[in-house]
Amino acid sequence: MDILDILLQASFWTAAIRIASPLIFAALGELICERAGVLNLGIEGIMVVGAFAGWLTVYLGGGLWFGVAVAMLSGMAFGLVHGVLTVPFGLSQHVVGLGITLLATSLTYYCYRLALPEVTSPPKIEAFQPLEITILSDIPVIGPALFNQTPLTYLAFVLVVAVTLVLYRTPMGLALRAAGEDPAAVEAQGLSVSAIRICAVMVGSGFMAVGGAFLTMSAFNSFFFEMVNGRGWICIALVVFGSWKPGKTLLGAVLFAAFDALQIRVQQTPLGADIPYQIFLMAPYILSILALVVMSRRAQVPAALMVPFNKGER
Amino acid sequence: MTDPRPEAQVVLRLENITKRFGKLTANGAISFDLRQGEVIALLGENGAGKTTLMNILFGHYTPDEGHVEVFGMRLPAGNPRAALAAGVGMVHQHFTLADNMTVLENIVLGTRSIWRLGFGRAQARQRIVTLMEDYGLRVDPDAQVGSLSVGERQRVEILKALFREARILILDEPTAVLTPQETDDLFATMRKAVALGLSVIFISHKLHEVMAISSRVVVLRHGKLVAEAKTSETDRAAMAQMMVGSEVAAPVVRRADPGAALVTLAGVSSPDIGSAPGLKNVDLELRAGQITGLAGVSGNGQTALADLIGGLIRPASGTFHVKGDAPRGWSPHAAISAGIARIPEDRHKTGTIADFDLTENAVLELYSRPGFSRHGWMNWRAARDFAAKIIRGYDVRCPGPETRIRLLSGGNMQKLILGRVLETAPSVVLANQPVRGLDIGALTYVHEQLLAARDRGAAVLLISEDLDEVTALSDVIHVISEGRLSPGFARGAMTPAELGVWMAGDGFEEAPHAA
Ligand SMILES: Nc1ncnc2c1ncn2[C@@H]1O[C@H](COP(=O)(O)OP(=O)(O)OP(=O)(O)O)[C@@H](O)[C@H]1O
Ligand SMILES: [Mg+2]
Repeated sequence: MDILDILLQASFWTAAIRIASPLIFAALGELICERAGVLNLGIEGIMVVGAFAGWLTVYLGGGLWFGVAVAMLSGMAFGLVHGVLTVPFGLSQHVVGLGITLLATSLTYYCYRLALPEVTSPPKIEAFQPLEITILSDIPVIGPALFNQTPLTYLAFVLVVAVTLVLYRTPMGLALRAAGEDPAAVEAQGLSVSAIRICAVMVGSGFMAVGGAFLTMSAFNSFFFEMVNGRGWICIALVVFGSWKPGKTLLGAVLFAAFDALQIRVQQTPLGADIPYQIFLMAPYILSILALVVMSRRAQVPAALMVPFNKGER
Repeated sequence: MTDPRPEAQVVLRLENITKRFGKLTANGAISFDLRQGEVIALLGENGAGKTTLMNILFGHYTPDEGHVEVFGMRLPAGNPRAALAAGVGMVHQHFTLADNMTVLENIVLGTRSIWRLGFGRAQARQRIVTLMEDYGLRVDPDAQVGSLSVGERQRVEILKALFREARILILDEPTAVLTPQETDDLFATMRKAVALGLSVIFISHKLHEVMAISSRVVVLRHGKLVAEAKTSETDRAAMAQMMVGSEVAAPVVRRADPGAALVTLAGVSSPDIGSAPGLKNVDLELRAGQITGLAGVSGNGQTALADLIGGLIRPASGTFHVKGDAPRGWSPHAAISAGIARIPEDRHKTGTIADFDLTENAVLELYSRPGFSRHGWMNWRAARDFAAKIIRGYDVRCPGPETRIRLLSGGNMQKLILGRVLETAPSVVLANQPVRGLDIGALTYVHEQLLAARDRGAAVLLISEDLDEVTALSDVIHVISEGRLSPGFARGAMTPAELGVWMAGDGFEEAPHAA
């Protein structure tokens, strides 16, 4: 089988979109934080929290959407901590972000052990099932890829559109972007930079947690350690790749996911037999770095990204 | 301006405002009223506390004592939103505009409820267009702010205030960055605003502007209100004296004694920098013991010339000699080593590093000199002594050499740069807009120091938009226009009107350059 054949398979694209979904949620969350001027390196840990919280809720008998809501809220709680430490207190965003990641990850594992002291293999839950959208899913190749997914994937795509609209078409989005471009301008127009930034970090962190919840509630159907596996860090790169624009970031996520899906499949071809599999595992990352180099040359970084703002200082 | 009727309503009252930063009292018990239709000029030396006072009035800073009343209502302290709602609009000394957003977005920001869907672009645009017509403020609402000139940005700032129906307009040194033409336009706008019933507080160090536009002057010195007067009952000399506390006399210029040419350009051209023209076939000589003045409207190649001599760019063609040699590998480092010292045009961006303290900023260009470092190790004690010497010798007002330079007022920052430049006894001084934003005392001081450097045998290049400044100080004047340089005119050889013709770009055809 040839690479071209793989690319024409509907199942390949279905897998790519599935792999992309959690990345879309989390990258969108990161984008919201960064557009307001805060780099959120807590993303990796917040995804772990979301994955666990969503899964546990369902495991304990909660509904699926209730699980998503719990995941989102727990992400927002960590977002609040991050926001308060980095915005009014002006602490280093790198240090706080990494701290949140470590704290969130270890706290999750601790809670996991508390909740399930005896289990060795992680219990499964009844997760989201694919929801076929009739007629549309009959379109060759892209039909099944886009319209035979779980509801969370649809939600991811809807959110991309919603975030784009909010960012560029509403006063709220305007205030958020301005906080990331020039906080002094926001302050001079009578808005509170701190409030905007903290809210942005909270909402963004909520999105990241839903991205994590996708893994347990729509992909693997159970929770295990190391399941987030660097996806958060990939999302940081995706935001740069997308030059801080939701649409382009979505594109980046799908592209990365396609590379990932491709490498799994190529490994199984005769070509794959001759090459060490580690090369394939590396491939999506190497291609992402190359794409990043090309795409981010002209990217417009939010001018006040990582610049703390202190009212009453010049 | 005509005086407003004395019974005109008080629109703004500052009551006993006090603000301290650590040990420094930036504002001490200041009270005054602004009446409807009035233009108050707020005067004071650099660091006198003008911006601080306006920041309190607008709610950026919280006062330690006192309060602000607008239309009889007391404003909550430290709340810009309340000030805006009460009708106070402020154009900051350093603009508060987001560069990557459009003019319209910057204006609309914060004026709509956060929860509203859509921000009524069409309606906002309509209003902005009407305002632009009413007040004579032209600017493209869809342009990115980053692509606008300083003059245009200022118009956006004013539009921002007007869009919110400001009744009181505060302009903090609006003219410091404007060309004379733009200043005239601004004054036309201010007159229209006053005619429409607004009241204005205007800050400027240029006393002729104050005479032209204000109805009353309020003078601060060291944070205290020291004088108030009707503009019609005072004059420039009196105002200068009120500000400084003693008489200010323009420096006496002695005859120059020119020596050898230290920097020579012959037929030099350089590429354009963005929309600003590069140099076109320029001949120029900077002689020791002489001030060479460069007159012209800014954006006509001054930046290219300053960058070339300062080592930031290299000539594309023509010959360029420093002290008789054609330098190879021309760079800022080479320029500094050749004894060329620079007072850069933008003290915030290229002159200093905002979060470094005064000591670090003082040795920015000199750190590798013996004395300041040995075998790659900094000698901080020497650096601190050097900074302290500048602070004393050049009257830099600050808490001490450990202060971050960001906290200094513009004038004091400039004095530190001046000290850094002159303390090394440079053979060439490149002074690009050296007195921009400086008060009359500091300005006179900078001029004296440049003359003193000349008398010590330095070659000084003075780049300024202010024709009075250039003609007063320069021994030889060149006019720059669209990257072309006029021949040198000796002191007094040309009237300001004749220079103006060259500045408009008209003399160049009659006097073809030796190509
Ligand atoms: N946030 C701050 N923290 C510490 N010191 C400050 C702060 N803001 C102002 N100052 C100090 O207060 C004094 C008054 O500064 P201010 O900016 O009000 O002067 P100014 O009259 O506007 O001067 P200029 O004409 O140079 O603009 C200065 O000595 C300045 O260093
Ligand atoms: Mg000021």
